[in-house]
Amino acid sequence: MEANIKINDITENDLNWKVEYDNTRCTRCGRCISTCTFHALEMKVERRAYTVSDTKVPAPKRVFSTIPVVKQIATIKQKCVGCGMCEKVCPNQAIKPVRNIDTRENLLNHELGSPIKRGGRTNLSIERTLDRIKVGRISQMTDPSLDAQRHTFDMLSPFGRVLGPEELPFKIENDELKIKGSIPPVHWIYPIIFADMSIGALSTRAWEAICIATAILNEKYNMPVRMCSGEGGMPIKLMQSKYLKYMILQIASGHFGWNRIIKAMPQMTEDPAGILIKIGQGAKPGDGGLLMAAKVARHIQEIRGVPRSDLLSPPNHQGLYSIEESVQKMFLSFNAAFQFRVPVAIKVAASSSSVSVYNNLLRDPYHIVGGFFLDGIQGGTGAAHEVSLDHTGHPVVSKVRDAYIAAVNQGKQGRIPLWGGGGVGLTGTMAADAFKMICLGANGVFTGKILIQLLGCIGNENGRCNQCNTGLCPTGVTTQDYRLVQRLDIDKAAETLVNYMLSVDTEFRKLMAPIGNSSLPVGRSDALVSVDKGIADKLQIPYAC
Amino acid sequence: MCRIGCIKSIEPFHPSKALYLMLPQQEGHDNSGFAIVMKDLYGIFEPYKELPLLSFSCTNKGKEIISNFMLKKGFSKKIFTWEPDFVEKEHYDFAKMDFYGFDVFNYPESILKGSVKEKEEILLNTRLELRKLLEKTADGYVFSFWPDTLTIKEIGNPNDIGEYFNLWKENKDILAKNIMIQYRQNTNYEIVRYAAHPFFLQGYTLCANGENTFYVKNKEYQQSLHKGYIGFESDSQCFLYTLHYLHHELKWPFAYYKHVITPLPFEEIEEHPDKQILYKIRESLAHLEINGPNTVIGLLPDNTMFTVCDSKKLRPVVVGADNKIVAITSEVNGLNVILPDRDKTKDVYPNERETVVVTNELRIERWKQI
Repeated sequence: MEANIKINDITENDLNWKVEYDNTRCTRCGRCISTCTFHALEMKVERRAYTVSDTKVPAPKRVFSTIPVVKQIATIKQKCVGCGMCEKVCPNQAIKPVRNIDTRENLLNHELGSPIKRGGRTNLSIERTLDRIKVGRISQMTDPSLDAQRHTFDMLSPFGRVLGPEELPFKIENDELKIKGSIPPVHWIYPIIFADMSIGALSTRAWEAICIATAILNEKYNMPVRMCSGEGGMPIKLMQSKYLKYMILQIASGHFGWNRIIKAMPQMTEDPAGILIKIGQGAKPGDGGLLMAAKVARHIQEIRGVPRSDLLSPPNHQGLYSIEESVQKMFLSFNAAFQFRVPVAIKVAASSSSVSVYNNLLRDPYHIVGGFFLDGIQGGTGAAHEVSLDHTGHPVVSKVRDAYIAAVNQGKQGRIPLWGGGGVGLTGTMAADAFKMICLGANGVFTGKILIQLLGCIGNENGRCNQCNTGLCPTGVTTQDYRLVQRLDIDKAAETLVNYMLSVDTEFRKLMAPIGNSSLPVGRSDALVSVDKGIADKLQIPYAC
Repeated sequence: MCRIGCIKSIEPFHPSKALYLMLPQQEGHDNSGFAIVMKDLYGIFEPYKELPLLSFSCTNKGKEIISNFMLKKGFSKKIFTWEPDFVEKEHYDFAKMDFYGFDVFNYPESILKGSVKEKEEILLNTRLELRKLLEKTADGYVFSFWPDTLTIKEIGNPNDIGEYFNLWKENKDILAKNIMIQYRQNTNYEIVRYAAHPFFLQGYTLCANGENTFYVKNKEYQQSLHKGYIGFESDSQCFLYTLHYLHHELKWPFAYYKHVITPLPFEEIEEHPDKQILYKIRESLAHLEINGPNTVIGLLPDNTMFTVCDSKKLRPVVVGADNKIVAITSEVNGLNVILPDRDKTKDVYPNERETVVVTNELRIERWKQI
């Protein structure tokens, strides 16, 4: 007898998401199908059987008819990713994706022997250390808390190489200190940096929305927030504008975009806020960058100076074989490029070895390392192999603390400002996360994921969407398809970002006030407690329960 | 809240004046301790101004440890010893030690011709080593070992402590031109003798009133700066170490102390003519900011007296003077007792943006931070 089932065929029940569809509510308007960027839906006809009786004396009979319906396409290539755009556009609530807990998708998703790639989000590391830490030291009787509304708060962090007091070229003249020598540039900026997401990874509109938000925060609200370009360069017009001073230019192992940056230097009217050399990334440490050919649209080709193909940044900077060498070569050359007026910092993935790197940099004899950015496992917004995203990396919180303590042990805390990122603000708690990181020793934090979520990204850490690699982003945030990019309302997106940062600023004061501090409490670990003994021990903060 | 004060006088005076300065400021349960540092000594100590004076308290066993140690370090010749005229009473409300010592030593032969710096070094090393030795068996405390400086610290009711050392009764034996004092109410940390201000290090002495919310930051940074920055039994010790570090180690003018411990907000630095320097100080010494409600009163090695407060200015302080005396203290009622006839309209209530400096000629200067 011929089998009526082929178990190797893929059906809806094998996929991560099943589309729940109510035929009785559907008006067949077709909006869901035209909206679905993954082509996971199609119009079909189904045969239906009814039992009817159309005589006075009941005489039931079966009749058949065909009706048009919306169907999920059950293939890996056109699978539903749960983005929910169909639900968003349906006028009758007739359709929605539903998570399938019995999915076998991760077993099936290996066509042509290729590993799974997806948008940069870890889906296995969703526990958050920061949520197990509380601000437990509240000023009271002898040291009253401040008034968050009325007191002046100094919420600025250094970006640039800070000299120790014994290294400062001070001379005393007439009982006054005078500077007699050169000092590395240090900029005091807002303690939250908009992290490096490239044009390419983001749509031009999404990137621009972040730029606009940065400019508004600086120019209108006096919040010196800096934005990092990400690898891949920037528009020439922006490099020639006064807004360049709010931008940190990134160079990563692919060196994409730097040709244009260097050529634009003579036309720059302002110095950039800094240079960030990306060595590694927390979400996919040791795996380099990856921009899929699908996203290398014509304008991306132009900015980066490359043809359309998968753009891989190598996992390391070819030609750098030691920390010492990186200090000498990269830092020196980038410092020299801007004539030592622009701080140059480094970003590495949090790792068991990152403290050794920091220790080594702290001994930098040339005073040219302007910041140490540590990126943890929960960071990342770009494309990568799933195995990297889910299984490689190191949580950032304890590593920032380790790095700070290492600096304390050398008496060099603060000399190379320490910035932590990778999941900071992940759940929308940016102010609290940043505040806790700062108490643990960070000078500030950098954040990316929350920004794209504010722009409209609907992805999450539970496997929803995460298709940033495909160029099919349903929200227009991480695609280069101009039709999809139209979905993003750039003004609204920028406004949302600005409003969020304004509220973060207020929340920050609401955290500084109770501990009685008007300056950032960098290293004030005594202000924190953890409700987890293991975390408390590891971070050297009090345990409380 | 601690009650602190410092008196500076043209003429040498008896410590009873300092006790009277503090007495009306007592309230509630100010019974946790008492400490006094006297500098520029007269009376029985006047002949020994150049020689180091060791102030300590200990058990009987500790006395032996100290004696042996000082011999070993070459301080073999005890030139003079003050034995306070203790007033014995059946019940005192304080934890009495077996022995209190105030010994003046000759320098060891080997260092006699040494430089001032070398002598300073050996005095500091000796005190630190002695302290470590005594801590091993909890047999004693050594508070200062420095020329022309005498320290008493004890835990308990300050009035009783003063009475036991017979400090309430004026005489001509124990006199100084500068006396710093604290009636302590230390509520934050376990009360130990070393936690009582004033603190002393190589000629600098200082006491403070308030909370150093950046204590952990200060401490973590200071630990690596100098071997003398130890203990940290009180968050106010940090202010002394910062003062010593800037003035003694970095040799920066004293005016920058204020800029380090209570830096101007960035907005005000931006308007300041010296902004480049102030930015660099703020960057470089971010871990020495105090950022808490504080008033600091101190004496520099040359006995210049000063007071500074932080920007929250929640700790009171007032400076009052007549022709012969200037006193800085927590509350004005103390001034009213020791300087009842002064011109009160000239009292100075320092603000959060100034350092008040009193020179040895009793000139009161108000240095503006902005």
